[in-house]
Amino acid sequence: MTTTPSTPANQPPAHGALARPPQQAPGLIQGLRSLVATPLNALLTVLALAIAWFLLRPAIEFLFIDAVWSGHDRAACLAGEAGGETGACWPYIARRLGYFIYGQYPEAQRWRPNAAMALCALNIGWALWPRAPFRGAALFSFVLPFPVIAWILLYGPGFSGLVAVPSNLWGGVLVTLVISIVGIVVSLPLGVLLALGRRSQMPVVCAASTVFIEVMRGVPLLAVLFMANRMLPLFLPPGVLPDPLVRVMVGVSLFAAAGMAEVIRGGLQALPKGQYEAAAALGLGYWQMMFTVILPQALTLVIPGIVNTFISLFKDTTLVTVVGIFDLLTTIDVSSRDPAWATPVTASTGYAFAAIFYFICCYAMSRYSAAMERRLAAAGSRS
Amino acid sequence: MKRAPVLMAMTCGVIAAAANGAPASAGVLDQVKQRGELICGSNPGLAGFGVPDDKGKWTGFDVDYCRAISAAIFGDPDKVKYVPLTAKDRFTALQTGEIDVLVRNTTWTMTGDTAVGASFTSINFYDQQAFMVRARLGVKSALELNGAEICVQRGTTNELNLADFFRAHKMDYKPVAFGSAAETVRAYDAHRCDVFTSDSSALYAERLRMTNPAENIVLPERISREPFAAAVRKGDGQWFDVVRWVGFGLVAAEEAGITKANVEEKRASDNPELRRMLGVDGKLGSGIGLPNEWLVNIVRAVGNYGEIYERNLGENSRLKIPRGQNNLWNKGGLMYAPPIR
Repeated sequence: MTTTPSTPANQPPAHGALARPPQQAPGLIQGLRSLVATPLNALLTVLALAIAWFLLRPAIEFLFIDAVWSGHDRAACLAGEAGGETGACWPYIARRLGYFIYGQYPEAQRWRPNAAMALCALNIGWALWPRAPFRGAALFSFVLPFPVIAWILLYGPGFSGLVAVPSNLWGGVLVTLVISIVGIVVSLPLGVLLALGRRSQMPVVCAASTVFIEVMRGVPLLAVLFMANRMLPLFLPPGVLPDPLVRVMVGVSLFAAAGMAEVIRGGLQALPKGQYEAAAALGLGYWQMMFTVILPQALTLVIPGIVNTFISLFKDTTLVTVVGIFDLLTTIDVSSRDPAWATPVTASTGYAFAAIFYFICCYAMSRYSAAMERRLAAAGSRS
Repeated sequence: MKRAPVLMAMTCGVIAAAANGAPASAGVLDQVKQRGELICGSNPGLAGFGVPDDKGKWTGFDVDYCRAISAAIFGDPDKVKYVPLTAKDRFTALQTGEIDVLVRNTTWTMTGDTAVGASFTSINFYDQQAFMVRARLGVKSALELNGAEICVQRGTTNELNLADFFRAHKMDYKPVAFGSAAETVRAYDAHRCDVFTSDSSALYAERLRMTNPAENIVLPERISREPFAAAVRKGDGQWFDVVRWVGFGLVAAEEAGITKANVEEKRASDNPELRRMLGVDGKLGSGIGLPNEWLVNIVRAVGNYGEIYERNLGENSRLKIPRGQNNLWNKGGLMYAPPIR
């Protein structure tokens, strides 16, 4: 889609306007006018506004207008003698924010998760910011040195001189992020290998990859988690059992890798055969061909699918609650039963907070991928 | 079907191996001492029994039991690692040795003792199914509930007990059943039924989540028995005794009037019974592998049974569950400890 070159000078201007591609975003006024252009449109607009009003008004009342903003226990969030209910109980969130973020991580040691999260944010920023220097190094550091540093910081193994904080004390946002970041970091490379394996000419590699992918895709994540936490202990001799959080991370990562492999295989199949043949004709070996010609194009094609897998992985971490791991949603759920805060609105307030948190994270991921696609599309059309 | 026996055999083989292997040669008590930490299977969140406070520290009635065991062994109530378990996971965790003791509002039943490899030590709380109604209905007894609409959680023993109770008393009722506890409370609070039935500890806990807690009362009838007890893995007599006598010790301390405040004073007493209990005379503690001041350490750390009860469930808590059957035997309850001698 390109503009017609060299419009003849004698053509009427109206025609020139028509020849341009249709405007992508109509002006605000124009957009508003189309809402009431015909009686039917006007009716639909009114109807939609009414529905939005009925749905949004209670939410706004609950979250802001009727909400309680200060207090130090449940008494503040009770409606009192008059009956009825108050809105959201924000002091409950404020008081328990530390618990929601770190779980039972000892208060004196909370600088460690803070440092790990800051490092993580820096590293992600470096890897994702298009104009940053040495982005390849950033990606490498995110896959190898960063997880090791983060593990030493968070866990504090003997040689580090830090106080050991066993993983049963981790909780809240910390656990949600640890599980999803590990899942994301492991599932992408592993998914690439599995996808290549499934398309491999070698029968054993192909069969092994196919079986792994199909088995992992064929069972629900819940079943994988139960296997990791309830069946594994029965089969292993006592004393060699890995940490429960590690078991869950392995389960989640393998599950995500299987999904990722299928997404990437889609990208590999979408590439025209000519690309493979051209790379082979240039004398490139298998790995050179994959890493310099095929994968860069295939991965670009399936960015929406990859990000979609990340987003669903991030949200699926809430399932770890069934095996007794305290992720953000579990800490919120458990807190609503604390007699110090139990009121009719405590649980709803907690869930509203969780919804806001998950929405912000997932929306950020989705916006980044959209920006990435636009950039790559622009780069593609330039070449 | 064909694979099931193989799987069973494998599973059982591993459990047998676990029982015959290292753990048998060193009893659980020795393992706990060596590890320097008690691993306690706990509830992930039940008001009054085990919930994390604002700082994330576990508090509650069952939690204090774990702390008491830790105090008896180490003289320090905080050497406990809590493993929150769902109802389904709890016995597996006990069997596989993931936890040393299960204190998780677990009802003592015959199958609990015979089929799941657990041994229940002593009852720490007598729960029973009861009814809650709005005070202004003026109902004073469950026998006046003929024809009532009753909110109950679907698929629970509560639903079955409810049916039995009404059939036994030849009364009619209309069940309004919901899938989750939260929905059931919500429905009762929204006046979709007149009565709400569940275990009494749950009724008092859920009452806090109602719009007007004070408006709702619990009727006196109790239609089932749910004795909660601490459980250990089968086959280790010494560890069983330790956990059981920590429970008895708490009750005995209350009966003897030993409290957190006066435990030092009672130690100096001339009363032979107190001197025996508090390890001044005799060597009762070392008989089960504990220090002789085991009971002093417990009471100093968490108080006696009554103090634990009042702090977490009773008048000093927000739940305000009357002692009832959980009172001492000589005060109209069922709590009774064999003599410490």
